[in-house]
Amino acid sequence: MGPSPALSPLDLALRLGDDALILSHRLCEWSGHAPTLEIDLALSNIGLDLLGQAQFFLQHAGGLEGAGRDADALAYRREEHEFRNCLLVEQPNGDFARTMVRQFFFSSWQALRFEALADSADAEMAAIAAKAGKEVAYHVRFSAEWVVRLGDGTAESRRRVADGVNWLWRFVDELFTGEDSGLRPGWEAAAGATLAQAGLELPAPVRGVTGGREGRHSEHLGHLLAEMQYLQRTHPGAQW
Amino acid sequence: MANHTPIWEVFVRAKNGLSHRHVGSVHAADASGAVQAARDVYTRRSEGVSLWVVPSGAITASDPGDADALFAPAEDKVYRHPTFYVVPDNVKHI
Repeated sequence: MGPSPALSPLDLALRLGDDALILSHRLCEWSGHAPTLEIDLALSNIGLDLLGQAQFFLQHAGGLEGAGRDADALAYRREEHEFRNCLLVEQPNGDFARTMVRQFFFSSWQALRFEALADSADAEMAAIAAKAGKEVAYHVRFSAEWVVRLGDGTAESRRRVADGVNWLWRFVDELFTGEDSGLRPGWEAAAGATLAQAGLELPAPVRGVTGGREGRHSEHLGHLLAEMQYLQRTHPGAQW
Repeated sequence: MANHTPIWEVFVRAKNGLSHRHVGSVHAADASGAVQAARDVYTRRSEGVSLWVVPSGAITASDPGDADALFAPAEDKVYRHPTFYVVPDNVKHI
């Protein structure tokens, strides 16, 4: 455990909600563009699972904040620097292999994070984590099998998945900052085992890129939000 | 590329006690991938509690040209239908 002050329940709910919301949007960008119909639906399913998680976490965050903001207000009417998602989830999809590596890295982390959260004193958070845990278990399995299949596939699929691992590795450190540092050994053991099956290794340590948790995001988030928030920005309060 | 991905026939058991029924097919490179694809394509609205996938090539089909020989003789044998019995209201799935 680092010396950083404990995360407030509000910050934690925002962080977990924003992670899920942003990755959900990224996955739904695949809609209509995935390699096959089966994968198209699979990615949308995962995206919708994450959107559901985001709604629960952000609704809870709105309640903790007590300023009358609901999940929609937090999702659609906050500025870029107010988002607390990690940098990993806002990274562009790249090719299918990179999307799968991103999913595998993130879902493996989420699985451990929710496992810990299920014991939370905050009953609402514990309930969300318990429900979402089942979804995440499938996300881990799905993405891990693709990482293995691609790594153990053709020369091209292997190159692409290795590129994905190397590119995304710099964003992994941020997942284990502050009170989440204790999750790292378990994550590395699980991720390393899957990569080994894929004929790959965990990369050597690099200087991690961080900042998302404090609202310092990569240039990609602004573009994503411009698209995601367009309707509520143009027609505030629109409902249908 | 995609054209070389094997096809798998998908069977879903809607609930315990019912048999698996054919619902369609998916493309997948291997069996575990086929189960995942079937899960994502055919059970996203709670359609099932169990899945089977079978390589399409493993199915031996009857020849449409044999239809007369195979199926026509059954057409005039109404006595083989259990329509001369009253099915109790509480018996489902017959």
